[in-house]
Amino acid sequence: MSTPSPQGTAGLGRDDVAHLARLARLALTDEELDSFAGQLSAVLDAVAEVGKADVADVPPMTHAVPLTNVTRPDVVTPSLPRDVVLSQAPAAEDDRFRVPQILGEEE
Amino acid sequence: MTADLTTLDAAELGRRLAAGEAGSVELTRAYLDRIAEQDETLGAYLHVDAEAALARAAEVDAARTAGEELGPLAGLPVALKDVFVTEGVPTTSGSRILEGWRPPYDATVAARLKAAGTVLLGKTNMDEFAMGSSTENSAYRPARNPWDPDRIPGGSSGGSSAAVAGGLAPWALGTDTGGSIRQPAAVTGLVGHKPTYGSVSRYGLIAFSSSLDQAGPMARTVRDAALLHEAIGGHDPRDSTSIDAPVPLLVGAAEEGARGELAGLRVGVVRELGGDGHTDGYDAGVLDRVRETVALLEGMGADVREVSCPAFDLALPAYYLIAPSEASSNLARFEGMRFGLRVGDDGSRSLEEVMSLTREQGFGPEVKRRIVLGTYALSAGYYDAYYGQAQRVRTLITRDFTAAFADVDVLVSPTSPTVAWPIGARVDDPLAMYAADLCTLPASLAGLPAISVPCGLAEGLPVGFQVMAPALADDRCYRVAAAVEAALDAARGTRFLDQLTERTPA
Repeated sequence: MSTPSPQGTAGLGRDDVAHLARLARLALTDEELDSFAGQLSAVLDAVAEVGKADVADVPPMTHAVPLTNVTRPDVVTPSLPRDVVLSQAPAAEDDRFRVPQILGEEE
Repeated sequence: MTADLTTLDAAELGRRLAAGEAGSVELTRAYLDRIAEQDETLGAYLHVDAEAALARAAEVDAARTAGEELGPLAGLPVALKDVFVTEGVPTTSGSRILEGWRPPYDATVAARLKAAGTVLLGKTNMDEFAMGSSTENSAYRPARNPWDPDRIPGGSSGGSSAAVAGGLAPWALGTDTGGSIRQPAAVTGLVGHKPTYGSVSRYGLIAFSSSLDQAGPMARTVRDAALLHEAIGGHDPRDSTSIDAPVPLLVGAAEEGARGELAGLRVGVVRELGGDGHTDGYDAGVLDRVRETVALLEGMGADVREVSCPAFDLALPAYYLIAPSEASSNLARFEGMRFGLRVGDDGSRSLEEVMSLTREQGFGPEVKRRIVLGTYALSAGYYDAYYGQAQRVRTLITRDFTAAFADVDVLVSPTSPTVAWPIGARVDDPLAMYAADLCTLPASLAGLPAISVPCGLAEGLPVGFQVMAPALADDRCYRVAAAVEAALDAARGTRFLDQLTERTPA
């Protein structure tokens, strides 16, 4: 991304797309890498138009309707039943979500 | 008899139920029959549970027979876009990553409709995670337009639009992030309203772009849309962006508008949305119908003037930075650990590998493109130039609206630049697909209410007229849309959707 992409466009090259996908924990097939590089470069060229706006003194809009300090009464309410939630999990064990190993062997 | 019931509007169906002229079971069965007949072609639904619907309808009928006090919606069937979580009822958001998931709770709007006594017919098809303008991005099957099954029904709420226009539901809920209620309503000849951001709860709505997502009604008439909107609207403490203000009287506004009294109403026609110098990409037929509708408003006493909103030209690029950025963050929750699909967990792979493979197989191409784009736009070093800049442009768009509303009461434009296009025509060209949102994006980015109402046909296909209003002035949208609807119905001698019923063999 910081280096010119292999396609020589201002947009995203195949390696850039692969890198971004890795950051997003997203595996992509070779075909997807090929087609996304071109498609996303075209999209990026189009959205880069926002750079033309003169916004030097304009604050960013983070919300459509300004609301601040939204709180609710500090009252305990029941959570979802554990068995109902775990019944929809891909894998559960001992009343918990079962997940793949988090640390590698060497760690 | 079946065909007759499914061509009536919800208000009339409600009247018949209340008067004992029809039962909810009879009505529900009529829609289920129609679904059985038509849905193989239309692809409007992802899930239908006929048994559950009929059981629920029987409960409402029994309550009515027992003399219980029931609300105006009791016994009326309804369809929900599959983006709303429904307790125990499969919810996919159009994605394989949630295939077979049965949520443990109800979205607030689903709970409100349940409490009002409505009967859930099923969950409607949609572009995966609401990303698209054609419903071709559904991971399951494309939905089709009842006016021409070779054309798209719009998106992302295309299952809801196909269902209501095709008589497979009297009305439905959709969600609108950049136009996903209004554009499908426009291209199928329905009324669709995107409420003021924060005026309808987002709790239990599977998030796409949190600062833009908003649920709203899709219906055969303006009055029906108002009735459904009133049932779902209002403050919800479970949504921290929910506005704590009463819902304006919308049915009343629709009734007032239908009387056609618009004297003194100031209407601004937005130049940047199909006006002089801004007609590239617009169908001539769409612009003609919109021009005629503006003249109609003038004839009803409205004071019409052209308004310029220069920042609207940047709505499309700003939206396609903000929405993918927020989506890339929101969709991080789909990682195959707590619900939904999990791929490659064979004991040898790490958590990270399993997450990556799950997301590779669980997401379709448009979702992946937007995750990559959003990840890029939020990266260190690029954030200011892209996401930050887009949020500043959003302020400019809001300022244009504020300036315009100092002089006019509502702004109008086409809802979509074109009529429904052939299925497949834009699938490989994301930018062409994004252009369908051109007219709906400004109100989305500013969080303002906007409605689409049918304003005629072009090339034999429906055209939508958009009415935008200031925040919390949703009633103005309904008032003006109802005036347009009533005047056009009177001139035509039939209601808009009757034209479709007449040409479709029953």
